[in-house]
Amino acid sequence: MAVLCLTVLYAPLLVVMAYSFNASQSITVWGGFSWRWYEDIFFGLEAAKFKTAAWNSVTIATAAATAATIIATAAAIGMVRGGAFRGRQVSFALLSMPIMVPEIVTAVATLVFFSAIGFTLGYSSILVAHIVFCIPFAYLPISARLEGIEGVYEEAAQDLYANRWQVFVHVLFPLMAPGVLAGFLLAFIISLDDFIITNFIKGAGVETLPTAIFGAVKQGIKPNIMALSTIMLLLSLLLVTVSLIVGRIGLKSDRSNHDRDG
Amino acid sequence: MAEPATGLAISASFRPLRVWLLLPSWLVIGFFLLAPVLVMLVYSFLTKEFRGGVIWEFSLAAYDQFVFDRGLFGDEPPTIEWTYITIFARSITQAALATVFCLVIGFPTAFFIATRSPATRSIWLFLVTVPYWVNLLIRTVSMKFLIRDNGPLNELLLALGVISEPLAMINTNFAVQLGLFYSYLPFMVLPVYASVERYDFSLSEAAADLYAGRWTILRRVLLPVVRPGIIAGCILVFVPSLGAFLAPDLLGGAKNFMIGSLIEEQFKGNAGNWPFGAAASMILLTLVLLALLLLVRQQRTTEAG
Repeated sequence: MAVLCLTVLYAPLLVVMAYSFNASQSITVWGGFSWRWYEDIFFGLEAAKFKTAAWNSVTIATAAATAATIIATAAAIGMVRGGAFRGRQVSFALLSMPIMVPEIVTAVATLVFFSAIGFTLGYSSILVAHIVFCIPFAYLPISARLEGIEGVYEEAAQDLYANRWQVFVHVLFPLMAPGVLAGFLLAFIISLDDFIITNFIKGAGVETLPTAIFGAVKQGIKPNIMALSTIMLLLSLLLVTVSLIVGRIGLKSDRSNHDRDG
Repeated sequence: MAEPATGLAISASFRPLRVWLLLPSWLVIGFFLLAPVLVMLVYSFLTKEFRGGVIWEFSLAAYDQFVFDRGLFGDEPPTIEWTYITIFARSITQAALATVFCLVIGFPTAFFIATRSPATRSIWLFLVTVPYWVNLLIRTVSMKFLIRDNGPLNELLLALGVISEPLAMINTNFAVQLGLFYSYLPFMVLPVYASVERYDFSLSEAAADLYAGRWTILRRVLLPVVRPGIIAGCILVFVPSLGAFLAPDLLGGAKNFMIGSLIEEQFKGNAGNWPFGAAASMILLTLVLLALLLLVRQQRTTEAG
């Protein structure tokens, strides 16, 4: 079963990866190994379009993930280190709302709202929407990390007359860092991945990689799209691996700290 | 989603700054998500403008339109309108079937992984999680490529002699289900794995010593322990499947319309009906929230028990 499971999960991806090296123009006939479609996406007719889309995707993902991580870090400290308060449940519901509302609903609601308040659709509308739905993805690993850190370190620092900013910069943030980085990477991947919401609110002329791919695929799957997909696939793989390794390092350093303590 | 229980006492080292720390997230999500959803709620009770948009006049027409057909000018005696009921029923069926498939394949997989040695376990888990991080659009397109009429899967089956002519898989309900199954399988495997991992296998041995059959052990001993994981997995698959847009759009074609495409259609271009799309969104949102409430209640009772 596990093997079947993995086959189903990987077969489509592997097939696309394999066919992206197909020398033939046709997507059905195998014409030998070649890099031509990779050359095509970088230097071919559509290269300029892909380059702009890639630039938009990466800059939006970087900015959105950064903003979402800052907002989520503050929120996590407020939630986890703010003591008990009455609005906690509501606050948590609000923080997880972007995950709970179906994407298609978020997409049309944002579109309607932006047009109602006269926010011009384009790069900045995409950025704002991405910040919103990235927040919970950044928040969850950060707050999980923070919950695992005992309060004694901050208390010790406060006993030594550190103010809250110093406590944050010198004590709490270094301890939280692996969670913050994991949250940032998660938000980055989620932003890079988004198609539905972006597709609704991108306005005319602004494309990200997923919307450009979707537009191209509507006219049939072309080999250069497979090459582009393969590159994005490998990029995601790289990011996930990095974030896992970062998480591991975080855990290990914790363990060695505890060993020293004990 | 229930808030994870914290094992540690709640620390309050940042209590005086709490409001300031939480304010940015409240403002951003409140203004750019909660407000838009509320606007949609209002719009669903307004009158439609023919070129897309709304007229500020209260009307239940959008909801009425789901169930009744009142003719082109709205003055004929109402008859039941099946189009939208069918689309909702289809979406629910598709999502439910995808959930069942994910459970049937995902449960044994999770069980298998949980019974490996710790080192191999993390490799298996990594392998199951990785596809989730690959762009959903790319995954769906890959699936479309794989199962199309003259695609690699058909070629393989033909070459093996399993079939004599290509199977028409694309643009069928089956393709949509395969797409949903493929998109959300990791959501099933991970929570089920988490609950199976906590299961103490000596309980099975004890039951076997007491002459319980395999089926009885599964049903009476294992299942009660892993049930929360199964329910969590089912909801995590069902909820996104219900509102899915890419799989039905790319793999299903026009005949296999689901809620997501119905909503999309009302807001694209000038032909749409905004109040109707808003009403469809509200119905979808209600269904999703009901499913999530179920999950939260389930987790509460498990924690209490």
